[in-house]
This record gives sequence, C-alpha cells and structure tokens, in this order.
Amino acid sequence: MQRIFHFTLVLLLSVVLVGCAANKKKAAADVEDSSVNVQSDSTLQGLSSDDSDSGQTLTTTDNTLDLDDPLGTRVIYFEFDSNALTPEAQRIVEAHAEYLARNPGMAVVLEGHGDERGTREYNLALGERRANAVADLFQMMGVMSDAVRSISYGEERPVAMEHDESAWSLNRRVEILY
Amino acid sequence: MTKMFIAGVLALVVGPLCVSVQALTIEITEGQETGMPIAVVPFQFQGQQRPSEDIRQIVSANLYRSGRFLSLAPDNFLRHPTSHDQVRFRDWRLIKAEALVIGRVKQVNDGYEVSFRLYDVYKQKQLAGYIFTVGSGSREIRQIAHRISDYIYEALTGVPGVFDTQIAYVTTEGSGNNKLYQLKVAQSDGHHDQTVLETSYPVLSPAWAPDGKHLAYVSFGDDKRGATIWLQNLYCQNCKREKLLEERVSSPAWSPDGRRLAVTLYRNGNSDIYIIEISTRRLRRLTKHPGIDTEASWSPNGRHLVFTSNRSGRPQIYRISAAGGRAERLTKVGRENLNASYSPDGKQLVMVTKQGNKYQIGVFYVDSRELEILTDPSAVESPTFSPNGAMIMFATQKGGKGVLVAVSADGERQNILRVHQGEVREPAWSSRKQ
Repeated sequence: MQRIFHFTLVLLLSVVLVGCAANKKKAAADVEDSSVNVQSDSTLQGLSSDDSDSGQTLTTTDNTLDLDDPLGTRVIYFEFDSNALTPEAQRIVEAHAEYLARNPGMAVVLEGHGDERGTREYNLALGERRANAVADLFQMMGVMSDAVRSISYGEERPVAMEHDESAWSLNRRVEILY
Repeated sequence: MTKMFIAGVLALVVGPLCVSVQALTIEITEGQETGMPIAVVPFQFQGQQRPSEDIRQIVSANLYRSGRFLSLAPDNFLRHPTSHDQVRFRDWRLIKAEALVIGRVKQVNDGYEVSFRLYDVYKQKQLAGYIFTVGSGSREIRQIAHRISDYIYEALTGVPGVFDTQIAYVTTEGSGNNKLYQLKVAQSDGHHDQTVLETSYPVLSPAWAPDGKHLAYVSFGDDKRGATIWLQNLYCQNCKREKLLEERVSSPAWSPDGRRLAVTLYRNGNSDIYIIEISTRRLRRLTKHPGIDTEASWSPNGRHLVFTSNRSGRPQIYRISAAGGRAERLTKVGRENLNASYSPDGKQLVMVTKQGNKYQIGVFYVDSRELEILTDPSAVESPTFSPNGAMIMFATQKGGKGVLVAVSADGERQNILRVHQGEVREPAWSSRKQ
C-alpha cells in the first residue's frame, strides 16, 4: 500500500510593488471586430456548392443582415488534426473570396487556431496550415496575395476554455478578419 | 556574477522594474520511502547575524526531493558534531544513517564562510569537504546550499547533481483579453524567480543555450505578424534582446556547440525545419516535406536531430542527420508521438505519446526502439530531461490549473511546482552552474 507523504515548502516573496500592478501592459484585443458594411453592397453573389451555374443574386436591404449570408460568417471550423476545408467551410471561404476579388482595396487577416490537444508548437504549425488552406483558396479565386495575411496562434487563443470536444471543436478554426 | 545577473535581467524586463510576486512553490509527493538514509547535521554558526537561509534544511530537502535519499530528522541525532574530531561513527550506525554531513557557517566581513564535510558512515571515511566564501544575500546562500547538495549527490551516486541549476518557464495569469504572460527564470527548487519578459502576447518554447547564459524563446509581437524567435543574454547588463529573423519562425533548439539553432520556418505554406547559423543568420533547409515538420531537437553529440512530422498521417518522431538527407521514422508504437528530446547520454528520448485517447509522457530507448510510459494519462506537454538525466520535468494540469512536475527517472519521487496565482508551463532546464 502506497503511503503518500505530503511535504510542502513555501516561499513567500514579500515585496509587492504597486508600480508593478499599475504598469502591467494592457492586453490588446487582438481580434479587431470591424465588420464589413454589408449594407453598402446592394448586390451579392452567393455561391452554393449545389449551384452549377452562376447562382442567385442576393440583395440586402439597409436594415437587415441576412444571417444565411456566408459573407456574414467570419469563422470556419475544422476536423481534429486536419486543415482540410469542409464543404460548409468552402462555401463560406468562396463567398469571402468573391467579395475580396471584387473589392481590391479590402485587406483581410486570416487567423488560424487549433484545440489544446497535442503540443503547442505542433498546433502552431497546424493553425498556420489552416490559415493557408483558406489563403490558397482565396488566391485560386483571384484574390491578390497582398490583400491577405495569414497568422497562426496555435492553441494560444481559444474561444472556449473547457476540456471537452464541444470546446475543442470551437477552437479548431480560422477567423476571417477585415 | 550574480549581481550582474540580477541587474541584467531586471534591465531587460519590458516595462518598469518589477519584482515578481509569482513565487514558484514546490511540493513533494512520493510513493515509497526509499533511498540512502543520510543525516545532515545542523550547521554550526559563528557570528552575530545568522544567514537568512537555513543551509542544512535546503541541502536536506534537495537530497530528499531527488528520490535517491531519505533525509533523517535531526531530532533523532544523538549528537550534533560540527567538526571532524567530534564525529563518532557509531552514533550514526545506530540510527542507520549511511552518509553523514556536518558543516559550519562563520560570519566574515560582508558575508559568510561556509564549510561542509561528507562521510561514508560504514567505511568511516570522509568523501568530500569544501569551504566557500559567500555574500550575505539570500540568493547566494541558497546557491551555496545547492552547490553543496550537488557535491554530496555526486559523491554518493556517481551522477552529477542538478540542484545548482536554473529552470526557465512561462506563467500565465488571467484569461481572455486580460491574460498576462511572464517568462521567468528560477533556481531549480523554484526560489528566487526573476522575470525575463512580461507581455500580453503568448510566450512559448523557452530554450537554454548550452552556455546557460542565453535564452531563446517564441513570442508574438503586436505587429500581427505571428510567432517569432527572440534571443536574450540574461547575463548582459546593457544588451537588448534580438529577433532571430524577420519572418515567422518558432520552435528553437540549440546545437550542442551553441552556434546554431534548429528552427521551424513557415514558408510557402509549409512548416519545415531549418538550421540557422547564429552569427551569420545563414539558413540551411533540413526537411523538404509538404507535411508539418517541427519540434526539432539535437542529439548530444550534434550529429542528429529528432523532430515531429505528420508526413505519415499523424504526428510521429523522425530522426535525420544534421548534415541532411533522408528522415527515418523512429516511433512505431502509439497513435501520435510529439515533442521529443534526448537524454544527456543520447540513449533515450522523452516525448509526449498518445496511446489511447489521452496524452502521456513516454521514454523511448533509441537502440531497442521500445517505448516506456512514465505517467498516467492526462494533459501533458513539453517534457525535458534534467541536465544529469536523472529526472524528467513536464507540464500538466492539476486541479484544473497548469503546473510543472519533476519526476525522478525511477518514478520514486514526484515534485509539483506551482505558482500561487495563475498557471505555469513550458519548462526548460539549464545545465550551467552559476
């Protein structure tokens, strides 16, 4: 029978400098939440994977945001240890690609993320791949490469903190930031 | 020496001078009461002002924590000898001590003269004896206690001690947009921690140069350009940290001669391992595969690197000659294997392995290719051997918070290092004696 022996050494550093607390760097909010002004575009071409030809023209009115509009979705999700675009993700990415190709002045940052499983460096590389998967599709659809910047945060910037699949699936993502 | 170190580190802290309140406390949980019984007698003190640290207690605790010794309680000592002629070996055989340590602390000028003697009780002979002069600061006195512990450890086990070493690690406090990261360095038992960097951006992968003076680490800047590697000389008073490259790069690993770093570069949509000559910043590409290649680590003789690659589907450990060429897959057991690094003798790798659904620490024998599981399944990462190969330190979660665990190679002792507020991760163990 194992005897667990608990023996604690405690160190107390007695000095607390008020200056320390006051001067702590303010954490920057990395994700800039600037939204695309959907209202200024009266014509949008939604691309669905079911449509074989040019598809529908969507018109947005001034005061409504069509939530089915893939351009309104700024996050796409991935399977575990994968950087492949799901059909749903592809639909969303293509909509953004179309929009960007038509608006050459717009620039976008693609942030790649992973869930916490595995190691940090591996997840940093995986996040990079996920962002690149989106960037590659953008490029294929005519978006200029200097309009796109990819950056990976690996597992370092989760949106969900729990340690279960529902949280992990939310963290395996690429965010499309204008 | 140590004063310069303190000044140099403080000068490099981003923001104003800040004494850390994030003390790293160490807690020992061990299974069996095994080890060589050793008696460390309270040191004699001569002087007016006692030292701020109890050397006997530090030595005793160090030896116990290593898993190789059972430190006997001073209450059981029949006598408290403080000089060679006071030692009666019979007293110590009676309480079954196999080794005996006596010592003296004498106040001199600005500090102390500390001396100790180590005896083999059964052979009735002295194995080691040294005298040191040290200042009065708590850090220096603790450091002398660590050096004494190292002498004792090596004399009795034949293996160099690692008490007089430093660990680098990352702490986090807060969450979400208010998360604060600190890159810190402390003595091996967590005392006298100092902050190298404080930032609101993630810090990863600290790596000590073989000289124990330089630290490489990954951080993100506010330029939104992603992960990059910084190099910092912790012993240089006026030196600024320098960026390794002006592009995205991570996962630094120093070559044994300290002149190169293996790194992961993100070019053309791929993550590959390159070797960079630090003095010239010249790059040489080592892996060319479209899969993820990262987490390179050098063999102690500098001839090979091991790294993580998912080229066969899931991450596994591969080995490649430092001169380049074909990569050989090493790990065949386990659904995933990541983050491998060599033991100091080059015969083993410690790594993160996934056997079932969870990650564990595994020790891989390079010759036999056998993998031994060291820990229970839990969220584990960044394992590293101690500089003498006798312990393995890694990061895990306990009670929902990030902690570091140091386990002796035979699993006899497990030490948990935690911070009072927040979490700790990413340990790196330096071998240099200060």
